[in-house]
Amino acid sequence: MTGMSTSDVPETLAEIRDSFLETPEADRLLLLLEFSDELPPVSDDVASHPEMYERVAECQSPVYIHVEVDDGIVTMHATAPPEAPTTRGFASILVQGITGLTVDEVLAIPEDYPQSIGLTKAVSPLRIGGMTGMLMRAKNQVRKKS
Amino acid sequence: MAVEFDSSSPKFAEYAEPGRLVTTEWLAERLGTSGLVVVESDEDVLLYETGHIPGAVKVDWHTELNDPVVRDYVDGEGFAALLSRKGIARDDTVVIYGDKNNWWAAYALWVFSLFGHEDVRLLDGGRDRWIAEGRELTREPANRPATEYPVVERDDAAIRAYKEDVLAHIGSPLIDVRSPEEYSGERTTAPAYPEEGTLRAGHIPTAQSVPWAKAVAEDGGFKTRAELDAIYRDGAGLRDGDDVVAYCRIGERSSHTWFVLKHLLGFENVRNYDGSWTEWGSAVRVPIVTGTEPGSV
Repeated sequence: MTGMSTSDVPETLAEIRDSFLETPEADRLLLLLEFSDELPPVSDDVASHPEMYERVAECQSPVYIHVEVDDGIVTMHATAPPEAPTTRGFASILVQGITGLTVDEVLAIPEDYPQSIGLTKAVSPLRIGGMTGMLMRAKNQVRKKS
Repeated sequence: MAVEFDSSSPKFAEYAEPGRLVTTEWLAERLGTSGLVVVESDEDVLLYETGHIPGAVKVDWHTELNDPVVRDYVDGEGFAALLSRKGIARDDTVVIYGDKNNWWAAYALWVFSLFGHEDVRLLDGGRDRWIAEGRELTREPANRPATEYPVVERDDAAIRAYKEDVLAHIGSPLIDVRSPEEYSGERTTAPAYPEEGTLRAGHIPTAQSVPWAKAVAEDGGFKTRAELDAIYRDGAGLRDGDDVVAYCRIGERSSHTWFVLKHLLGFENVRNYDGSWTEWGSAVRVPIVTGTEPGSV
């Protein structure tokens, strides 16, 4: 296995990663729960246009994302039901870490970022795959819209 | 010390083992009873943390019941360590509940049964019913004092089938509990579970298609004995004395069906093939049938 790439991780996502890594393994799920609780409700504008959302098929629970690019700055929206808190937590990390970045910064996020935040053991590798799918789709949307 | 059975439900009374289920009312009245441990087991690893039945401990199928390296369950020592840590004693009554109509709860119950934990029951209606009834939830983690659960060797023979067993079993009662699209081979993954794909699609020759959810009533609990008999005896042709194997994709939905056949309908010889389609559908040179008919040997 090669080492995780860290050089291109934007500061926002690096901070989130570090806060997970600095948390004892046993408490990392609780930090993910905080992110899950913090997932902002989508704006009325977006909520009234469900067709704008892309379903993230890699996730076991229904999660939809929508990425906007305005003047080269990316805003990410995501919605997932309360009975899928892990998925909500993953979405919240990406929404908080990606929103406000430039197109280039988003496209440079390493695909293995989800594996780098110290959750693989607590959550299981299979479940982490959902976050990878979400990141991949967010980047694809940025590519199409920029 | 076993806790008394829930005899409040006329529906339960019809089942082969009425004591294998409890109602939400029964459980709510007995929370905190000595000798009773409530266990939550969900698909979502974080759901318990968002709020759970007061006093319930969490057991995660993925990170706790599975061996971290080999595709297998924990061994006797691993299970003893897990249950000791959770504060469960060998003679405790364990009531398991969870999300998704108790898929993972049934799976956990089946794994507990591999180690011969005798008194293990399901909460009829699962997590959803408890919440729908507005019953108490807490984010306070349960703090049960550790126990010394004995090391008991896992006994797979009676209720677990391996691929070789299933190869020899073709032509005998086999129940495929996946979706009709997975059974016919239209798709290699369950809807919404793309990461658990396989290389080939279809079903094991001679398997009857009885999707797991047929056993679930509109209220989210198990259907009545008469309804279940109509599905599995009249519909799928199972008869007393049959040796039955059930499978799905990774063995969790078929644990649900295993519970129905074994404990609610009283079939004595029922095994869960946990390798299921993720093993069979990628194995080399095993027979596969596509389409909606069971096919022949």
